[in-house]
Amino acid sequence: MSASLTELSATLSQEIAAASDDAALEQVRVSALGKKGSISALLAGLGKMSPEERKEQGPAINGLKNDIAAKIEARRSELRAVALEKRLASEKLDVTLPLRPAPTATGRIHPVSQVIDEITAIFSDMGFAIAEGPDIETDYYNFTALNFPEGHPAREMHDTFFFNADEKGERKLLRTHTSPVQIRTMENQEPPIRVVMPGRTYRNDSDQTHTPMFHQVEGLVIDKQSHIGQLRWVLEEFLKAFFEVESVTLRFRPSFFPFTEPSMEVDVQCDRSGNEVKIGQGSDWLEILGCGMVHPNVIRAGGLDPDIYQGFAWGMGIDRIAMLKYGMPDLRAFFDADQRWIEHYGFRPLDLPTLFGGLSS
Amino acid sequence: MKFTIEWLKEHLETDATNAEIIDTLTMIGLEVEEVIDQGARLKDFVVAHVVSAEQHPNADKLRVCKVDAGTGELIDVVCGAPNARTGMKAVFAPVGTYIPGSGFTLGKGNIRGQASNGMLCSGRELEISDDHNGIIELPEDAPVGISYPDYAGMNDVVIDVAITPNRGDCAGVRGIARDLAATGIGNFKDPVIKPVPSDAGPSPIPPLPHRFSEGEPKAIRKFAGRLIKGVKNGPSPQWLQDRLRAVGLRPINRLADITNLISMGWGRPLHAYDADKLVGEIHLRNARSGERLEGLDDKTHSLDETMCVIADDSGPLCLGGILGGEPSSCTDETVNIFMECASWDPELIAQTGRKTGIVSDARYRLERSVDPQLTEPGLELATKWVIDLCGGQACEPVISGEDVIPEPVIDFPLHEVTRLTGLKLGLPEIKTVLSRLGFWVSGSGDFVKVAVPSWRPDVTIKADLVEEVMRIVGVNRVPVEPLPRLSGVAPKMLTPIQNRRRLTRRTLATRGMNEAVTWSFISSELAEKFGGGQAELKLANAIASDMTDMRPSLLPGLLAAATRNQNRGLSDVALFEVGQVFVSDAPDGQRNHATGIRTGTAGIGGAGRHWQGKGEKVGVYDAKADLGAALDAFGVDIDKVQVVAEPADWSHPGRGGRVQLGPKVILGWFGELHPALVVDFDLDGPVAAFVIDLDAIPEPRRKATRAKPALDISSLMAVHRDFAFVMDKNVEAANLLKAARAADKALVADVTVFDVFEGAHVGEGKKSVAIEVTLQPRDKTLTDEDIEAVSSKIVAAVEKATGGTLRG
Repeated sequence: MSASLTELSATLSQEIAAASDDAALEQVRVSALGKKGSISALLAGLGKMSPEERKEQGPAINGLKNDIAAKIEARRSELRAVALEKRLASEKLDVTLPLRPAPTATGRIHPVSQVIDEITAIFSDMGFAIAEGPDIETDYYNFTALNFPEGHPAREMHDTFFFNADEKGERKLLRTHTSPVQIRTMENQEPPIRVVMPGRTYRNDSDQTHTPMFHQVEGLVIDKQSHIGQLRWVLEEFLKAFFEVESVTLRFRPSFFPFTEPSMEVDVQCDRSGNEVKIGQGSDWLEILGCGMVHPNVIRAGGLDPDIYQGFAWGMGIDRIAMLKYGMPDLRAFFDADQRWIEHYGFRPLDLPTLFGGLSS
Repeated sequence: MKFTIEWLKEHLETDATNAEIIDTLTMIGLEVEEVIDQGARLKDFVVAHVVSAEQHPNADKLRVCKVDAGTGELIDVVCGAPNARTGMKAVFAPVGTYIPGSGFTLGKGNIRGQASNGMLCSGRELEISDDHNGIIELPEDAPVGISYPDYAGMNDVVIDVAITPNRGDCAGVRGIARDLAATGIGNFKDPVIKPVPSDAGPSPIPPLPHRFSEGEPKAIRKFAGRLIKGVKNGPSPQWLQDRLRAVGLRPINRLADITNLISMGWGRPLHAYDADKLVGEIHLRNARSGERLEGLDDKTHSLDETMCVIADDSGPLCLGGILGGEPSSCTDETVNIFMECASWDPELIAQTGRKTGIVSDARYRLERSVDPQLTEPGLELATKWVIDLCGGQACEPVISGEDVIPEPVIDFPLHEVTRLTGLKLGLPEIKTVLSRLGFWVSGSGDFVKVAVPSWRPDVTIKADLVEEVMRIVGVNRVPVEPLPRLSGVAPKMLTPIQNRRRLTRRTLATRGMNEAVTWSFISSELAEKFGGGQAELKLANAIASDMTDMRPSLLPGLLAAATRNQNRGLSDVALFEVGQVFVSDAPDGQRNHATGIRTGTAGIGGAGRHWQGKGEKVGVYDAKADLGAALDAFGVDIDKVQVVAEPADWSHPGRGGRVQLGPKVILGWFGELHPALVVDFDLDGPVAAFVIDLDAIPEPRRKATRAKPALDISSLMAVHRDFAFVMDKNVEAANLLKAARAADKALVADVTVFDVFEGAHVGEGKKSVAIEVTLQPRDKTLTDEDIEAVSSKIVAAVEKATGGTLRG
């Protein structure tokens, strides 16, 4: 290579290395390889040379051209890498900045709805449908059909809310229990009947464990052979599943309800020594529900013959079993809609109680 | 109902331990609510000898005593009782003893410079009498150092049982003993009641006339009375006082205490009148409206014509079966008494009891019913006790009226026990249980006849007998048996509306809303504001003035909750409720609603200020979005139903709308709460609310199979074109979209609004709405001419429908 080519190569190489951005590099490329560039001029000069000269200079100039073009490309990649690095550095964000919670993280289901879903999950597996009835009832469905005689003290123990009498002198009332749904179900459905009946109930009473409105769930089985032995099984299985324990010990105490005969109250064995009630262990008893064989008069009121059909029923407080399972101390707070209470005691929207996924997470 | 073990054993011969007795009571349906061990409560009190009692040097009324409590040393005790004296035997409480009558635990003391290391006690301090005039004086032979309850024989255990309303027969110790004996735990002791001779001859008081008109309520059935002359009243013997006190009764005097003893022991209420205070003819009648009775409860009661009284010429003496009168009651000076033992109609007693609100031991028993066969024997028993404790001579009893003694005989197939309970019992066991309870069983095959005793009016049918057998043999003996499954895999159990409520709840919660459960009743004022307040939905006996009317809407409850939250410093809340509202008192007047509110900045993105956004106030579109999401959850597409600018009454008139399937099928409302209501509820900021009528949504048509229709997509690329129109501000976007979609139904696949703005440059009272139209060719790629043609159709259709023009 001639001295002049060597010098040009050195100069261009230096200029390429010195180019600090794409534009400067382009300028170098144009000055060397552009139409009027230094190397282009040399290449154009080849035509005027003698064949011998061309044979010598040709490869040298072309070599220089390729070398410079490669250097420019290399420098371009280098510059791009640097530029990307710089951009990336400038694009850094503070990923520790907190975001808003997802809507699913803030929305909550009320414990009463959750517990009704749990009850539904268990009993639907046992073949029970969900039945419902109106909150505003007649005296007939709430009392008479359920074998509460007129003027009987048991009626008065219900602290009933009444509406004003209509022109016929009949006064409706707010159901004091979910039991009227037993009658409505028997009127509308052929046995075998297996239903659970959750719903709102009302009594004129208020303190830490009583509110004028509360929730009950009632169960009813009517067929031609169901008896107390099966009632015991249903309740044991339910309570075990509901409280999510290996076993429960129940104590059935004979008692009195107008709509069942025989009637029993059921206590569950538990440990009340700490702040929480632990079901399935301990040596204390806690009254949890009432039950019995449906009274023949009630079966008759449902339009069935009590010598052919028989069955059992039970009832318990939904709010109460919710409090026992999840530890809410005060029933009144259930109906206050204090956002802090719902956030604390409520359930995640997708905490769907199922038997396959578990009742609670 | 309280009783003591000692008292029980007067009617029950048994070797069972207290624990066995207590357990058995609960398991046969006499639920034990409390067990009080009296001895344990007073175990620290001991018999002591006051060795010396000298005047306190610094106090006139105090004495400094040296007390020997059997500990081997003399204890200094300062005592203020006037009867504290050298040499007496007394009841001593050492330091550390809990004094029940004073409610404190005794500490070491120093009284006016003298040490005091214990206390000499009065009857009131031990809660064994009302006496507080001095300390208890014990006989000289009382052994020093032994526990006082041991010495006084006060180691009895008191049991409190809950008696169900059907078991009047167990409202006395005797009935409880009979029930217990039926289990085989012991033998029932039931001595025959012997008539007391009428030594004082014929009764000067004639049988009481029953003065009732035809059709009047008549609570009295049979009245038995007896004049007993020459009695001496006064304090009862200690055992009787102790017994009554143990069961929570205050000893009064012998005559009153005897009536209480028989009431508690036999479940047979009685009443003793001072015969010398009776004026003229004693008779039975209903009270006259406005008559009053000065009761033994120190209150004056107003009576009415539904209440039976025992009266003399001066007026009512006693509210029959419920409460005695003060003026005719026995005192320590009483010499001649007239003892009453009567049989009453339980329902009328209950009714009068409720009306007057009087709670008495007599009412408790008589409204549960008392054995009608115990009227005359009860009177004999009372006479015997009076003569035993107070002396005197009885006249002949006077009896008037007829009792109702149903003596049903129940045909009882033994299989009934197995049918209803699953228990397999033989005739001998069933017969034993029933006989011990007082039933008579006749027959020996599979069908027997069972006669019911007079004290068990609650037993009338086969199922009642099954209960008697099961409760006595024990529910624990009933074998547990699985309920057979009706199908292998359980079928669907929820109705469409139940599923809808469940889905709505979960959907709204996934949108960051919290579920509330609020009262079904609200104030009249709010009910009227939200479209309710009908007379048929007003409670006659509301518990509070803000809980009087059944709610016509879930909104007021949620808004009141928002106010409560705001007052606690939480002004951004998102609440919803899924529940019942009431349009009438008929069963179908109860409807299922889902309603939600967002207040302040509680949008779906989260409430309050945040670095990513400025925390915008909620508005009508938040409410519309919530409503749309809920409808979508059960398959209703809000874009395919009608959304009309017909706001609900509660809504801001310009910022609310309605979702419907036509004017008659309204699915819901959404909007910003009317500013006047915002003020009414004392809320700070805007409220976005929606209401869904879950019952209004039609059920989807059932298809023969669950298969979805085949997927229909075109292989040709869709083309997008933008258009902007200027139109009157009040033209609804829905009209524009409808026109654009209808312009070429085959080609127009979708129309979306991507810009809406107003401003001077589009003209006063105008707005610009920009839409993007998606054109989906089906069989060939669109040419420029095709696109031009459909564009013209769209522009023409929109301009015609909206009166607007295409922006150039």
